[in-house]
Amino acid sequence: MTGSEIKITPSEYQSNFSDIKPALSESAAIVEASRCLFCYDAPCTNICPTHIDVPRFIKKIMTGNYLGSAQTILEENILGESCGRVCPVEVLCEGACVMHDKDELPIKIGQLQRFATSWSRENNKKVFTLPPPTGKSIGLVGSGPASLSCAANLALKGYKTIIYEADKIPGGLNAVGVAEYKIKLKDVLNEIALIEEMGVEILTGTEVGKDISIEELLEKYDALFIGIGLGKTKKISIPGENLNGIYDTIDFVKEYKTKPPGEVGVGKRVIVIGGGNTSVDAATAAKRLGAKEVTVIYRRSESEMPAFEHEYDLAKADGVLYRWLTNPVEFLGDENIESVKCVRMELGKPDDSGRRQPKPVKGSEFTIPADMVLLALGQTADEEFINKIPGVTVSNGTIAADPLTGKTSNPKIFAGGDAVHGAKEVVDAVQAGKLAAYEIIKQLSEEEN
Amino acid sequence: MADLSIDFCGIKSPNPYWLASAPPSNSAYQVHKAFEAGWGGAVWKTIGAPVMNTFNRYGGLDGPEQKLIGLNNIELISDRNIEVNFKEIAEVKKEWPDRAVIASLMVESDRDVWHDIVKKTEDTGCDGIELNYGCPHGMSERGMGAAVGQVPEYCAMITEWVSEVSSIPVIVKLTPNVTDVVMPARAAVKGGADSLSLINTINSIIGVDLDTFETVPSVGGKGTHGGFAGPAVKPIALHMVSAIARDSEVGVPISGIGGISTWRDAVEFMLLGATSVQVCTAVMHYGFRIIEDLTDGMSNWLDEKGISSITEIIGKTVEKLTDFSQLNLLYRTTARIDKDKCISCNLCYIVCEDTAHQCIDLNPYNGGVKPEVREDDCVGCRLCAMVCPVHECIDMVELDKSNSKTWKELEGELSQPMSWDDLRQFQKKHGIEIH
Repeated sequence: MTGSEIKITPSEYQSNFSDIKPALSESAAIVEASRCLFCYDAPCTNICPTHIDVPRFIKKIMTGNYLGSAQTILEENILGESCGRVCPVEVLCEGACVMHDKDELPIKIGQLQRFATSWSRENNKKVFTLPPPTGKSIGLVGSGPASLSCAANLALKGYKTIIYEADKIPGGLNAVGVAEYKIKLKDVLNEIALIEEMGVEILTGTEVGKDISIEELLEKYDALFIGIGLGKTKKISIPGENLNGIYDTIDFVKEYKTKPPGEVGVGKRVIVIGGGNTSVDAATAAKRLGAKEVTVIYRRSESEMPAFEHEYDLAKADGVLYRWLTNPVEFLGDENIESVKCVRMELGKPDDSGRRQPKPVKGSEFTIPADMVLLALGQTADEEFINKIPGVTVSNGTIAADPLTGKTSNPKIFAGGDAVHGAKEVVDAVQAGKLAAYEIIKQLSEEEN
Repeated sequence: MADLSIDFCGIKSPNPYWLASAPPSNSAYQVHKAFEAGWGGAVWKTIGAPVMNTFNRYGGLDGPEQKLIGLNNIELISDRNIEVNFKEIAEVKKEWPDRAVIASLMVESDRDVWHDIVKKTEDTGCDGIELNYGCPHGMSERGMGAAVGQVPEYCAMITEWVSEVSSIPVIVKLTPNVTDVVMPARAAVKGGADSLSLINTINSIIGVDLDTFETVPSVGGKGTHGGFAGPAVKPIALHMVSAIARDSEVGVPISGIGGISTWRDAVEFMLLGATSVQVCTAVMHYGFRIIEDLTDGMSNWLDEKGISSITEIIGKTVEKLTDFSQLNLLYRTTARIDKDKCISCNLCYIVCEDTAHQCIDLNPYNGGVKPEVREDDCVGCRLCAMVCPVHECIDMVELDKSNSKTWKELEGELSQPMSWDDLRQFQKKHGIEIH
């Protein structure tokens, strides 16, 4: 990468990207599990997008029934191990925990979930028993959390499932787009291997639309599931955007996660543009990779920033600088980025999103030196691809599909995950894939009768 | 500062806390250390017949958040030479004249053997003798310990042998492994006991290892039942102490034993009739240093209550104990939930719905849902208040104290044998509906 003269050693990498929430030891897990009140109609379960029966799986940890605990988790959320680590639990289960009202720390639900699921995986436990094959098969496009969840739930009912993945690495953003200190690629791949053991086939390096057409897939399978996620990061469209040293955050995160530790460098002075959770992932990664100064610039103010508070806290703890009400207007440099020309903004009236609309302050331009820029402006759906799918339409920038069933206007095609709902969490994609699987099973079995 | 000193049938002690006859009082080294820490007395680990102990003697019962809520042991009486024990008892008593030093004895059921050991014990200068009629394991197989305590006639006989030669107070330590503890208590008093101590440990198997199928503790693959002690036995001990305190035929001082860990526990035992209390498991969990809070907490509590001496509270709760047939059946309470304190764990709801009287509803409150008691249907059982994890969130509110009717009175008023119809009519008259 251009502007990447700073490199850290592999051992610095190991330490800088070690788990921010470490795995619980068995005894710590039992002690933590015993704190759970075993609420009835528990808020943690209600708020979980996949509705894992949290008190039930925690109680099972307390009794040493770790396999049963893993089953309770995985039957609702096949990516329970990932979700235990990457979910924003602070605003989901742990945020809803009744312990807050008791002035006590919430139960460490995410870490307990990780404990049970990794225990069953590491001990090669057979979590599910597969039924005889139904003889029907479903093709899935994209191998992110939505497709994996859909395929696994179909496999559990005896359906043959084949996932087509353009990339060489399966798993979508959960594999290559999550901060390394939350989960490592190898852990995600281990979890995917369990899904493959259930009979789900993943064809990586196979791009639908190039290596195989969507029409062929429709011909070949009883149903299709589209779980392609979102596409490229939005263009910034300002002068100088093609200078060397300016990267899409998604590419940057994938690069440092997939290359050997210590290989990917960063600039001395890094600017991250955007105020969402992805900007935190990029900023903290740059800092941990050795950047001397990392500055996030955001056009609105602190209170409008969409990043979760706990993510923002993480960035602050890493020493990331923030410049509010600042918008880039031009990237300056000969071949390589040298500085970013910005303008001060002020907030006007609320826009459609309810947030106050930022407006540039005339004559307030200034420049910030930088040798690397990371763009975290949010992704958009790959409309070009979607438009090629027969009978499937785009609505509000994503695939038009029923959020509760994944049904599109083509009766044979279902869709879910970010491709339908926009950028959301892994756990939301898992739920969408699961619901679509239920709908596919319902339709295919009705056809049979 | 309230006075914590007691006089237990002539045995004086600066506070009511004695080490129970058990591993903590096995040697002079330990008892010295305990007295330095502030213990009021010690009942020496039982001396007598020759024994040999096993390895792996203890098993613990752990709660989810607290270890050792119960302790099981298969240790026998002192396995040190009897002469060494006598020598050390004499040394300790000499060095600590203000503390209660009591020798615990157990020998075979032979009058001469008992006479001999009692005389040798008195020579140590100790303050009293406790007769161990309670050890439920090992010794009982050899006709001693609980084998004596379980047969009132033996209790009376051996106590008589001891009393006829002893010039110092005799305490009989009772086993709880009987149908009615009052029977051996009466027998001991008939035999000449000056006082009683209870409870000894309860027959127990602490658990089974799910991998080896052996009981815990395992002695090289085999196990045997042991004696159970610790906080978990306190309710049983409290009942037995109170049963003896209430019995008009007994009428001697009681030393309360069984799960005493805090000064609060001690106060409860004393309110139910104990003059001194004995502690074992708590010191086996934390060491002798716990005596500091045991005395300090009791003293501050007495000051708070304006009571000048701990002896004033002995037995104060006994008069408030009665039989079920004397309880007021028309005294009414209802559970009431403080919705602002409630954290919505809904445990009260589900336990009432599944296991009690289905009188809690989940009702809308402040944009959410909170449990609420249908007070007309509530039988005031208290289950919800007990499962609630929030301090003072569910209160048992007094509804009616004006009427009173005991079962005894009711039996006198309704025609006998009592019919369900008559009883229902009585209930209806007082607005009690059983659904």
